[in-house]
Amino acid sequence: MGILRQNLIIAILLLGNFARGETLRICESCQISSIKEGIAIASDFDTLLIKKGTYREFNIVIDKPLTLLGEDYPVIDGGDQGEIITITSDHVTVDGLFIINVGTSYTSDYAAIRVVKSAHFLIQNLVLEKLFFGIYLEKSRNGRVYHNKIIGDAVDEYNSGNGIQLWYSQNIVVEQNIVQHVRDGIYLEFSDHITIKDNFSSDNLRYGLHFMFSNNDVYTNNTFENNGAGVAVMFSKKIKMNNNSFKKNWGAASFGMLLKEINDAEIRNNTFEENTVGINIEGSNRIDYTHNDFINNGWAVKVKGACYTNTFSNNNFLYNSFDISYNSKLNDNVFENNYWSGYTGYDLDRNGVGDVPYRPVKLFSYIVNRTPETIVLLRSLFMDIIDFSEKVSPVFTPDKLLDANPLMKKIE
Amino acid sequence: MLKILKYSFYDLIRSRWSYVYFLFYLALGFVLLFLNNDLSKAIITLMNVIIVLVPLIGTIFGVMYFYNSKEFTELLLAQPLKRSSIFLGQYFGVAGSLTLSLVLGLGIPFMLYGLFKSDAIWNFSLLLVTGAFLTLIFTALAFNIALSNENKIKGFGYAVLLWLFMAVIYDGLFLMSLIVFEEYPLDTFSLTATMFNPIDLSRTLILLKLDISALLGYTGAIFKRFFGTHTGLVVSVSVLLLWTVLPVWRLSAKAKRKDF
Repeated sequence: MGILRQNLIIAILLLGNFARGETLRICESCQISSIKEGIAIASDFDTLLIKKGTYREFNIVIDKPLTLLGEDYPVIDGGDQGEIITITSDHVTVDGLFIINVGTSYTSDYAAIRVVKSAHFLIQNLVLEKLFFGIYLEKSRNGRVYHNKIIGDAVDEYNSGNGIQLWYSQNIVVEQNIVQHVRDGIYLEFSDHITIKDNFSSDNLRYGLHFMFSNNDVYTNNTFENNGAGVAVMFSKKIKMNNNSFKKNWGAASFGMLLKEINDAEIRNNTFEENTVGINIEGSNRIDYTHNDFINNGWAVKVKGACYTNTFSNNNFLYNSFDISYNSKLNDNVFENNYWSGYTGYDLDRNGVGDVPYRPVKLFSYIVNRTPETIVLLRSLFMDIIDFSEKVSPVFTPDKLLDANPLMKKIE
Repeated sequence: MLKILKYSFYDLIRSRWSYVYFLFYLALGFVLLFLNNDLSKAIITLMNVIIVLVPLIGTIFGVMYFYNSKEFTELLLAQPLKRSSIFLGQYFGVAGSLTLSLVLGLGIPFMLYGLFKSDAIWNFSLLLVTGAFLTLIFTALAFNIALSNENKIKGFGYAVLLWLFMAVIYDGLFLMSLIVFEEYPLDTFSLTATMFNPIDLSRTLILLKLDISALLGYTGAIFKRFFGTHTGLVVSVSVLLLWTVLPVWRLSAKAKRKDF
């Protein structure tokens, strides 16, 4: 009943908006020929219909609740002067624009669109190119960033910006965006209750997605491919990461996903494929890893220090060069009911669970941790022999680190 | 030379051992594919087998053939024939028949399981090329050993030792030296050391295809250049060629001067 009433009120409010709003046309030959002029003339809840054409404008400030609607992707060319659109009012919609040439600066973060201390905004169907920062949300709430395409041309980290950046923002949905060739695809700092879904972030200089000090966020169904260093989730709590796929992040400091100081997170149904390191974990506790697929990675999971009470269950570890790497002899994490393609045990009672435990940490991975050059001896007969002897009687690897109930068949 | 090659080749093709070798690979291929039906995984397993087994068979077979056909060789030496063509003919006969067994034995099951339609074909051809190279190299080394040792037992001993050294001991020493000198920059050393062992070289070639993501995990400019570009492939293949040419060259040179 409560929800129904709420919906009704919203519907009435919206109707009210439409009833109040007028449509102003902007084009080169129209009465209003620039966007700034249009904003100045418009009254609250009007719609500015921007016709096809090129508008050379920058520092456009939207300070009243308006809808900017582009027809056939009008181009807004900032001419590398500075910021292009700044939203300082609630209830603003920006839709269907092609924004290019954001100014680059070493002192301020110019963005194609910046939302400052506003709520209920909708930014959708934009194409951003030649940018510094793309969409920058600053201390804003309850908004949606939907179906935008951000293609940067970043070469160096120090003079490039992020595709979508959220700073001190709350309750925002970032959905179906494509972000490529910028520094960080999507960057969150001090932002809580954010939903990030169905995005595609690839070929970025640093991270495809980057979390800092942001709690209670959810990201699902995203694809992160070929980013400089994959995805980093740092210093955050209670994050849910489901159904994402992390692919082809190659390099010495490159990870499918990097977890640092993450607590109480949930990582489910993700696919990690052909990364140098699938997941790199450091100082992260009480994380639940379930139903993930680790396929053809160099290291499926690399556990650095201070990781306690994590649970890995029902995951598929398929053809990774190394399944798990550990740098300490202490283990407080649980591995249960996973499928390991390297498992060679048997199942006499035919219950689908192997009768001998599987030890995912090989002696060789311990050696490679110590002397990285030994990686050239991967898959040599000598290594297989010493791995075998270590398997029989563990000396160097944590002897309690094992999957007591490895599955015989891959989990579909 | 061609005539002798032809003779040795047909002689071997008809022999029991070639069939056994061929059937072994055939069975291996079918069993692997029957068990998991996944071409790429079967290729990884095969790689492990090929790298160890092909050199062993090449060495043993080479030495055995040389000693067994000694009387025939002496008969040929009495004829007006060039010495190098006698020995090279025999060598290529042995190496050729072994390679044929390998290629057919593995090729047939994979073809039946739809190799040409899968994208694993490049990995598979690389595997066969590596296997062929290893056969050529180790047969040549075996011929060299046999030619230098009149004593059969000694010759066999050296041949097995050679295999053991290349397949296991070399890597052990290599690993030890890497660990002992871990304080020093070792990337050039580790890559160079790989070049001096044909088994390691073939392994590297296959790693380049299968484990590239792990190999790129190490921070080193030289590693990165070697594994990250085509340099690795080009260098490995040319060194493998060198490994084939040198023993064959020594074989013909030694055969010319040897007193029978």
